[in-house]
Amino acid sequence: MSATAPENVRQRLRPDRKNRRAGYNLAGLLVFVVMAFPVYWMVATAVRPPREIRSWDQTLWPSSFSLDGFRTAIEMNFFWSSVRTSLIVAPVTVLAAMVLALLAAFAIGRFRFYGRRALLIVLVLVQLLPPLAMLIPLYLQLNAMGGLNQYWSLIVVYTVAALPFSVWMLRGFIINIPKDLEESAMVDGCTRMGAFWRVVFPLIGPGVAATSVFALVNTWNEYLLAYVVMQDNERWTLPVWMMSMTTQRGTNYGALMAASILIALPVVIFFMLVQRKMATGLTSGAVKG
Amino acid sequence: MSAPTTDRPPEASPPGATAGSAAGGDSGVVPPPVRQRRRPDPGHGRGILPYALVLPALLAIAAVYFYPLFRTVVMSFQDYRRRHLWSGDAPDWVGFDQFTNIFSDSHFWGVTLKTVVFMVVCVVLTMSLGLLIALIMQRMSAWVRLLVTFALITAWAMPVIVATSIFRWLSDSEYGLFNNLLSRIPGLDFRGHNWFLETWQGFTVIAAVVVWGAIPFVAVTLYAALTQVPKELVEAARLDGAGPLGIFTNVVFPVIKPVFQLVATLSVIWDFNVFVQIFLMRGNNVEPQYEVLGIYSFQLAFQSASFSQGTAVALVAVLLLSGVAVYYLRQLMRRGEVE
Repeated sequence: MSATAPENVRQRLRPDRKNRRAGYNLAGLLVFVVMAFPVYWMVATAVRPPREIRSWDQTLWPSSFSLDGFRTAIEMNFFWSSVRTSLIVAPVTVLAAMVLALLAAFAIGRFRFYGRRALLIVLVLVQLLPPLAMLIPLYLQLNAMGGLNQYWSLIVVYTVAALPFSVWMLRGFIINIPKDLEESAMVDGCTRMGAFWRVVFPLIGPGVAATSVFALVNTWNEYLLAYVVMQDNERWTLPVWMMSMTTQRGTNYGALMAASILIALPVVIFFMLVQRKMATGLTSGAVKG
Repeated sequence: MSAPTTDRPPEASPPGATAGSAAGGDSGVVPPPVRQRRRPDPGHGRGILPYALVLPALLAIAAVYFYPLFRTVVMSFQDYRRRHLWSGDAPDWVGFDQFTNIFSDSHFWGVTLKTVVFMVVCVVLTMSLGLLIALIMQRMSAWVRLLVTFALITAWAMPVIVATSIFRWLSDSEYGLFNNLLSRIPGLDFRGHNWFLETWQGFTVIAAVVVWGAIPFVAVTLYAALTQVPKELVEAARLDGAGPLGIFTNVVFPVIKPVFQLVATLSVIWDFNVFVQIFLMRGNNVEPQYEVLGIYSFQLAFQSASFSQGTAVALVAVLLLSGVAVYYLRQLMRRGEVE
């Protein structure tokens, strides 16, 4: 009995299964709409003619295409100076963070030394701290050092903020490179660091790219510290500039959504490029750790 | 900490090694007692390199994380005010006064309660919706899954400031889409409805941003975990007559449980620390009713210039979270990730 009964059950279920698949697809489409709609609404609002934005009955699809929102956003005060600040701070931060993180990740991934485990624990815990636990003393310290409105204060803090995650991720990539490669380079006369520079470094290129993007995105998006430290309008970063549009009475939402697109677009492109690699970096660290 | 030193892997030997340390490389040949005795001297010369490599990063972390954290603790026992900003005078020591002040203030307890309730609601919503989406993703057709993945990753990539701006616009009282859609339901009139007059309604909008932004990470991670569930196990359970719920609780969930716990713990920490979404949703001027611990600490320090009160509140938040952080760390260690 036990051999035939389940067979029958499955036979009977088969047409049912097709219906169920359709149900899941429907639910999936619902998820798609809910998750994608806010992004769509941003784009739709940004290209709507302004009079249409300020109306109660907004159509799903803009009646005509207009770049007024973008024009208003770009012509706003301090847009270009904010672009400059963000373009100075972000690349320098990423470069500095990658150099420091690579060295540390190499040490953690390739050497066994006293305190290594403690260091790993610190790297995890530090990422869990609420930003407010450091923000107030950091502000006071930067103020005392004359760091308010200075690029370097953002660069320094952002670099260090990117370190824990970058070290962790790069270590995952380094562990995945067979040690034999370095050992044979060393047999051929390379020094320890020479082998790292000539053998490991070229191989973790993709890992460094993924990690850099992560650091870049975090730096590009950071709001709180920039808001506190960069009080001079000429030194705003892009996020601080964008949020300055909402503090006045009555927000121009067409311009705000256009600004949102301008800020999000580089992030989305970079994110899409490395999203898959980032996942591998994280999991490979987990598997081979 | 002792295990790595006794069992030194061969890669630690430098290339230009002396005869003694080169022999240490093929650890398989050397009998254990000899290795034990020789351990200190080869470890000495080569031991510096890893420390030198780690030192810059460690110093940087010490300067930007440890030192401020240390000062947060110190300042909580002082009375640091606006005049100390510019005068350079040392602030007075006040012992536990900041804490007794805070703890005797009913507003603080309200803020703490809001922080915890908001965190719990966000975590429960994020985890249950994320798990649901992951389960649906497993069962849908490939082309729908592609669409869903695309939407999830787009939402994931949205900067928090952008996501908050979008939801601010959606909940706008005059022309926001939420009011428009709700008014279409017969019997409801949301024309000109201000979502931020009632605290719970305002927090609903804020929770929507937080959950919308957090779902992609949870769903994608759990979906990846679900693909690790052996199909034979599920099939066997089905043949044994288990229903869908039974299969999930007895077969599927035990497999994904470690990942689920890890993600849930992270969500607890992130949602406890929510700051920017609230701050920006209220246009940088947060009303007292929308204060959670982070915002409250910020307002005390930067609006009232009572820096010490601000750090004291921040310290309370750190202490409240420390248990969760240790729990997270222990999970990581159990998975062997801190090796």
